[in-house]
Amino acid sequence: MSSPHLTQTNSVSEIMLKVLLALVPAIAANVWFFGPAVLVTLSLASVTALVLETVMLKLRGRPVVPFLMDGSALLTAWLLALSIPPMGPWWLIVTGTAFAIVIAKHLYGGLGSNPFNPAMVGYAVLIISFPVQMTQWLAPASIALSHIDFAAQLDYMFFHVLPQGMQLDALTSATPLDTLKTQLHLDKPISAILSLPIYGEVGGKGGEWVAGAYLAGGLYLLQQRIISWHVPAAFIAAICLTAGAFHLFDPAHHASPWLHLAAGATMIGAFFILTDPVTGPTTPKGKLIFAFGAGFLTYLIRVYGSYPDGAAFAVLLMNICVPLIDAYTQPPVFGKKK
Amino acid sequence: MKLLHRFNGGIHPPQHKTESTRLPILSAPIPEKLVIPLHQHIGTSAKPLVAAGDAVLKGQMIGKAEGYVSSSVHAPTSGKITAIGYEPAPHPSGLRDLCITLEPDGLDAWIERHPLDYLNMDPSSLRNRLRDAGVVGLGGAVFPSFIKLNPGSGKKIKTLVLNGAECEPYITCDDMLMRERADEIIAGAKIMRFMLHAEEVLIGIEDNKPEAIAAMRAALKEAPFEVIPVPTIYPGGGAKQLIRVLTGIEVPAGERSTDLGVQCFNVATALSVYRAIAHGEPVLSRIVTITGAVNKPRNYEALIGTPIDVLIRLAAPVKDSDGAIMGGPMMGFELPSTCVPLVKATNCIIVKSATLFPPAPQPMPCIRCGKCAESCPADLQPQELYWFSKAGNFGKAQEYALFDCIECGCCSYVCPSHIPLVQFYRYAKSEIWAQEREKKASDLARIRHELRVDRMEREKREKAERLAQKSAQARTQMNSEEET
Repeated sequence: MSSPHLTQTNSVSEIMLKVLLALVPAIAANVWFFGPAVLVTLSLASVTALVLETVMLKLRGRPVVPFLMDGSALLTAWLLALSIPPMGPWWLIVTGTAFAIVIAKHLYGGLGSNPFNPAMVGYAVLIISFPVQMTQWLAPASIALSHIDFAAQLDYMFFHVLPQGMQLDALTSATPLDTLKTQLHLDKPISAILSLPIYGEVGGKGGEWVAGAYLAGGLYLLQQRIISWHVPAAFIAAICLTAGAFHLFDPAHHASPWLHLAAGATMIGAFFILTDPVTGPTTPKGKLIFAFGAGFLTYLIRVYGSYPDGAAFAVLLMNICVPLIDAYTQPPVFGKKK
Repeated sequence: MKLLHRFNGGIHPPQHKTESTRLPILSAPIPEKLVIPLHQHIGTSAKPLVAAGDAVLKGQMIGKAEGYVSSSVHAPTSGKITAIGYEPAPHPSGLRDLCITLEPDGLDAWIERHPLDYLNMDPSSLRNRLRDAGVVGLGGAVFPSFIKLNPGSGKKIKTLVLNGAECEPYITCDDMLMRERADEIIAGAKIMRFMLHAEEVLIGIEDNKPEAIAAMRAALKEAPFEVIPVPTIYPGGGAKQLIRVLTGIEVPAGERSTDLGVQCFNVATALSVYRAIAHGEPVLSRIVTITGAVNKPRNYEALIGTPIDVLIRLAAPVKDSDGAIMGGPMMGFELPSTCVPLVKATNCIIVKSATLFPPAPQPMPCIRCGKCAESCPADLQPQELYWFSKAGNFGKAQEYALFDCIECGCCSYVCPSHIPLVQFYRYAKSEIWAQEREKKASDLARIRHELRVDRMEREKREKAERLAQKSAQARTQMNSEEET
């Protein structure tokens, strides 16, 4: 064996575990505001991901244990589960996870080789194929018209049955971003829209706290040097600048940047999705371009597209550009700086 | 206070230096047999001057520098030459090298020494002395020092840098040398400054060596010499990195710092310059750190040619010790056998054990986390170089500055996937060299072939012309005969 003879004891598993840990505050906030259904979604996605990961590793002739232990499949499962409505039917979760693990990850070469963010591929497949189920988000417990217990939630997720006389509409609501879009189409003034009960202080009721928890988890990842500041900073800056510009020119039809930061997938995107190293650029300048582009596209798709949020498509579109971005942002090497 | 610069990247591996600095430098005893390789420096191997059976004195030249880039070797003690032949040498390949074997007579009798008064001499005769005294860079690169002390006409050396950074873990030979022999190092630095006409002399020492810094400061009083503590970070002791930190100058790959007005020497080299000039003593010994899986780690002053296993035995290796690394854990190499001699490049011997150097974990795929790029002191993108090297895309690897890689090992050290990155770069470099050699050879063959084809065509043409001429002559002759 030639030099170096020393290696650090860190590992891929350690990185993935820390990212999973950083998601825990957001999961807790989710449970607090929207009930425990999300835990079922997470578990189902995890089991599906681990089973399919094992099957794919076997089929590809790779050692199962080290790759299962790397935690990447689990992380993909969690990110997808947190992106879809918590009370979605079981097959929704399984289908999305299967696409993420089997097609987006392993058919492209497995860990480290996939050009597209697996969780976002899973999400994109689901939102295109099952738009109805993908927009049935639970209303925050404080404003939901009816409440059901955990057992009834499970009944709905696995057997599609609700308690006698209860309508799904009473449990769910459109997301804050979706509500904004539809209400603006109805020519409602923005101030009136934002005083609807679904909105909280800056974002959606409850949802803004989840966003805050993602921010907290993200700061932990920054402090642990798992992620660098470039991606979250550029993504948040792009959303602020784009939303800020539209808001300044036309405040009657465009919400303030605060709403765009606190609602939707902004925070999970900034700290957990766009920071995926495999599908993002590696150069510092490249990271800035990538995340800024994603922020800009997120806003445009969110406001002008036909989907409730734009982050997933923005990420996938920017994933396409990564090889190009990397090739054109190579930093000058030692001694050859201008 | 001098304003320091910084370079990108670097790492902070566990230092393991205090183990071997608790005790002063100890002179290792003269062993029963010394094996002195003739090739201990960069450049051409020295030519043997003695034959088996010759009696030699301590300091006597036994191998003469051959060609310009070369250096001499000497008998480290008095005794009898018993053999000249190929012996195992401390080289990663395990190949044998031409060595002179000397059986000491125990008298340690010196040859006549001729000190020089350098202030009244011209630098070229001083350089000849250094060449004959076998003075080479003792930091590990073993480049003949007299060449570096010849800036060439029209080139001005502004700064002379003395490298006492010693950034690799475990190694403490320079640290102890500076603590104990600061006066002689400074005296050597003065000679070097005289030879280079340098304006300033900056002595860079990592700030994890406060004793060495204090000793060096105590040894020098006057400007323009300055001891500068530099931050402890690996590879801050690399010549280019230290020059960057001290002067702000970045020396590009393939260029020499001399062209940018800076020259850099190891502190131990300065000491051997002093011994060679002021005492007429060639390089016969060096300080070596024996550490790692041993019970008595410390620094020894050992004669060149001392078998390394003898030195390891002095340090009392632990029970599960197994093999040894020559140099540091980051850039050193595993000795194929410890039955090889100490050479001028041997700054440290780290005895290995499974507890101290556990086998590297199974590599995982690269997840492009970019930790390697963050740690790269050459500002490269190791993850891209890895990708291209692995794919055999050597053109792309060169485009991404593969040959600017200094193989410091930072990228491999920080890689969470434990990919042996440096090995991929070495592989790519050697493949590219092989391809270039092949291309050169095939170019040569092609040119030869073309010349041969040309020559044959010319010969054919000339032959035809001759024939035509002859027949024309014959015809005219015939015609004239007919006419007559």
